Formats: sequence, structure tokens, C-alpha cells
Amino acid sequence: MKLNDLIIPTAIVPQLEHTDRDSAIEELIDALIASRSVSKALRGDLIKLIIDREKKGSTGFGKGVAVPHVKHAKIKGMAAAIGVSQQGVDFNSLDKSPVYSIILLLSPENKPDEHLQAMENIFSNLQNDTFRRFLRQSTTVEEIQDLIQEADAQQLQG
Amino acid sequence: MHPSQSSRATVRIQNRLGLHARPAMSFVDTANGFDCEIRVRKGGQVVDGKSIMQMMMLAATQGTELHLQADGPDAGTAVAALTELVDRKFDED
Repeated sequence: MKLNDLIIPTAIVPQLEHTDRDSAIEELIDALIASRSVSKALRGDLIKLIIDREKKGSTGFGKGVAVPHVKHAKIKGMAAAIGVSQQGVDFNSLDKSPVYSIILLLSPENKPDEHLQAMENIFSNLQNDTFRRFLRQSTTVEEIQDLIQEADAQQLQG
Repeated sequence: MHPSQSSRATVRIQNRLGLHARPAMSFVDTANGFDCEIRVRKGGQVVDGKSIMQMMMLAATQGTELHLQADGPDAGTAVAALTELVDRKFDED
């Protein structure tokens, strides 16, 4: 599985407007809805589930990144949005630091193995210092798309 | 005194959803309660059992075999606690 298979190009938000967790999550869900990756009817449901999940344990795992996610019966295929914030978003991270890159993942409910493959791909990239630094420095959709291509082609230095 | 101890075990992920974020976090939280170094191997891939980001890179689906290796003063207790956690399916299912 590649990032390109997960990330919806029109759901790349290089300059997140909001700096609080819940609003940033809403922005990314709205980007996925605008991209027609998910039905508008699910908006409230998904936002609530993702925030509830965050309250149980932050997906801000440190190093300035967060991966909020949800599995839902009405999600047909995996879809992810990327948000980058220059100011940083308070995600109640494990290391108490703000997050600058957020990858929000929607997964179908009945495909746990695919969900794990997607998470593996996302974390392999987020674990890479070069990927993380370039993502944080990106200010346009094009820059992030180029980064995704390079990451998928394994052209980034570890 | 022998501060250096080594302990190993092979475990199998049994819960249906596999090692997704919540159980991976439980694993890492448990691992971080010990002083020893903990490595987790899946096939040829070895990660730090105390790092949530690295544990998520295992994509350990239901049925996956993981090899735990702990080195340090409390290695035996750590491996026993982690094995127990995996075997009780992280309280899922």
C-alpha cells in the first residue's frame, strides 16, 4: 500500500486555519466531504467518533504528528486527509508538544487488516525524519503531492 | 548481583482487529513500565517495543507471530507482563 492510494489529493490542507484539535479535525473531515470521499450525512457522526477516540487516548504520538482515525460501517474504502499547520495544533500529544502535521484516516469497519497496512505505511513515513521535516515545511498542495510521490518511490533519505 | 538479564518469548496476536493503535498503546505503556530494553521482531523487522510509532509499523494483524526480546534487570517480568497482555487479547473481542 502506498500513500498515494490513501491520501485524497483534494483533501490536502497545507495551511490549516484552526489551532485547536476539534476544529482541525472538522476542517479535515470537511475537506474529505468536499472531495466526495465521504458523504456529508456522516459529518457529525465521524467528527464525534474521532474526537471521542482522541479523548480516550491521543493519537498525537509525539514528534509533532497526529493520526486521528475512525472505522465506520458506511465508509467504503480507505481515505485520508493531510493537514499542515505552521502555528501548531494542540492535540494533547503524548509529549505535550503541538502537532504540525495531521493525517486523518477513515477506514471501513470490516477490514481491520487493511487498516493496519494503512497505519503501517503512514507511520513508516512519519517515522522518517526527512519526510516529517519536509511535510512540516510544505505550504502548498503541490509540495505535499511531490513529497508523497517521493516517499512512495522511496526517494527520501531515512 | 547480575543486573543484566535476557528474556524472550514468542506471542501470537489473537484479537480480531490486530495490533491497532489502542492495543499498541497498551503494549508500549506496559513496556515503558520496565527498565529493560524491549525489542519486538516480526519476520525480519525489529522495532523498539517502547515506541508507539515503531510498533504501528509492524502492521501485526490477527494471527501474526511476534518475537519479544528483553534485556535488562527486569527482563523476565517485562516479557511475562507483555505476553499476558497479548494473550488476554488486550481485553478486546
